[in-house]
Amino acid sequence: MNRQQVFVSVLAITVLVCCGSLLLNKTVSAAGEGKITGTVKLDGEAPHMKPIDMSKDPYCVKANPTPQKFQNVVAGSGGGLENVVLYISDGLSNPTESTAVQVFDQKNCMYSPHVLAMDIGQTFKVQTSDQTAHNIHPNPNPMTGNIPWNQSQPPGAPPVEKSWKATEFIEVKCNIHPWMHGWFAVVKGPYAVTDENGNFTIQNVPPGSYTVSAWQEVYGTQTAKVTVAAGGSAKADFTFKAK
Amino acid sequence: MRRNWMKWSLWVVAVVVLSLPVASWAQLTTQDIAARDNMEAHVGNLTGHANSGQAKYDYRRYCVGCHGDLGDGNGEVAQWLDPPMWPKPRDFQLGIFKCRSTPTGTLPTDQDLYDAISRGFDRSAMPIWNVFTKQQRVDLVAFVKHFSPRFVSEKPGTPIQIPPEPEVTADRVKNGREIFARVQCWKCHGVTGQANGPSASTLQDDLGRPIAAFNFTEGARPKCGSTDQDIYRIFMTGLDGTPMPSFADNIKPDEAWDLVFYLRTLMAQPSKEKDIARQLGLKPVSPNP
Ligand code: HEC
Ligand code: HEC
Repeated sequence: MNRQQVFVSVLAITVLVCCGSLLLNKTVSAAGEGKITGTVKLDGEAPHMKPIDMSKDPYCVKANPTPQKFQNVVAGSGGGLENVVLYISDGLSNPTESTAVQVFDQKNCMYSPHVLAMDIGQTFKVQTSDQTAHNIHPNPNPMTGNIPWNQSQPPGAPPVEKSWKATEFIEVKCNIHPWMHGWFAVVKGPYAVTDENGNFTIQNVPPGSYTVSAWQEVYGTQTAKVTVAAGGSAKADFTFKAK
Repeated sequence: MRRNWMKWSLWVVAVVVLSLPVASWAQLTTQDIAARDNMEAHVGNLTGHANSGQAKYDYRRYCVGCHGDLGDGNGEVAQWLDPPMWPKPRDFQLGIFKCRSTPTGTLPTDQDLYDAISRGFDRSAMPIWNVFTKQQRVDLVAFVKHFSPRFVSEKPGTPIQIPPEPEVTADRVKNGREIFARVQCWKCHGVTGQANGPSASTLQDDLGRPIAAFNFTEGARPKCGSTDQDIYRIFMTGLDGTPMPSFADNIKPDEAWDLVFYLRTLMAQPSKEKDIARQLGLKPVSPNP
């Protein structure tokens, strides 16, 4: 072989190996997974959330001796912001899939949880604990690949199992009880939702450098950069300005 | 000379590698567009073509004023239609249709769209198009479908199974009334079917426009057909894009007929069911069981 031939064959092999590994990449499983933890805070006074008038349905009034409040912004005493979705928006090449079946409950004429985060393709269950009829009606943009549907859930209705095809923050409503309003937050890869103190932990993060996004339904999205060492824990805190 | 050759081959490889994803993407999108332009519809033994001169001519002449050039429902006339009295024209790009034989969240069949076009929409500006030949209508179905990428990437749902219609009996009418109470149709439609249930006043469609529940008592025709089969289908598939949900998981197939019979007792049109209700002295359901 002369030098040109060697050069060309080395080049060809390199290209093949690169393309091949790109394809195979999907099956490689990550070792030494770490996590990302942090707190999401609200800077300033939380907007007033009105008590909900449920007088349309006596069952709902009875189920809530102290009236429920709207949950668009839920801040704890220490300023921690609840129901914020945390996920990795950049840097993740082959996320492990989440498979746990989560439950979205219709309870006391409210959605529990208010925000259900999930992975693409992850099955979730919609159930009702109420003795009044609901209809469960998510309203995604059909152009994303997520198709809207609308199913009734009268008292005693069997749960419905569903999943979503694409990343999207999907509003879900009950047309019978117009105050019922929640979210399906569909993301790719590992995720977390903040608790009542604004704390979160994203588990199962392979080592690497990432952009983490924090999404809140009223305040929108913020991002932060983190690096997770093998088996390690990285920190990302967020603050949203109250308005 | 050698150097040049090496440089040159490096460039070729680089360009080929880089253009691979671009080429496959371009191929996909052009394929997509071609698939939409060549969209077909099949009804009975007729085949409709979106790219037929007739389909284009009929759409431009008869549909564009409401449904728009792009099929997005923004034709010139659309601005004059005010919901809930006058629902806005359908946005065909979304692929979301009210009248389906298929489960909620799925595309309708070609037959469903054909029937909707032939039937027109009562209590709306959408005319009845039964003056067209069958072939014209099947061509229009293909044309309606070609506006939505969903008809390329998805298949229509599997139509729900409807068991044969049983004989109307007093027991079945009474059982239908129980179901109406149990699954709480009255929340929206009202206990007497007058579209005045506790939730009626706040109903909105998926695009946030006000929408009225169906009033059974005025003699109006349901938008998705008036036969017993049509009514069965309406509440077992739901009217997608509206608050009217699917009850397929909540009413057993045979019992669904009982509910159809009970709904007849609420309607203005004379019927066997109405006579039975009168004989039984059936009262409206109670909102607080
Ligand atoms: C004068 C306005 C107008 C014209 C002209 C018109 N439409 Fe419509 N069309 C509507 C409206 C309004 C609706 C929605 C009705 C509703 O939701 O109650 C609609 C709905 C539809 C639907 C939805 C069916 C479903 O199940 O959701 C189809 C399909 C349709 N039109 C096809 C056509 C075709 C084909 C033509 C031309 C031959 C046409 N329309 C002409 C106003 C119009
Ligand atoms: C959440 C409110 C809601 C509930 C609950 C509900 N409906 Fe409806 N229904 C509607 C609305 C809104 C429409 C009108 C849709 C339109 O005009 O596009 C409708 C329309 C209808 C129609 C007429 C459809 C047509 O083609 O025009 C029938 C029949 C019907 N509903 C039956 C039922 C039955 C039976 C039940 C209970 C099993 C029920 N509905 C429960 C809101 C509801």
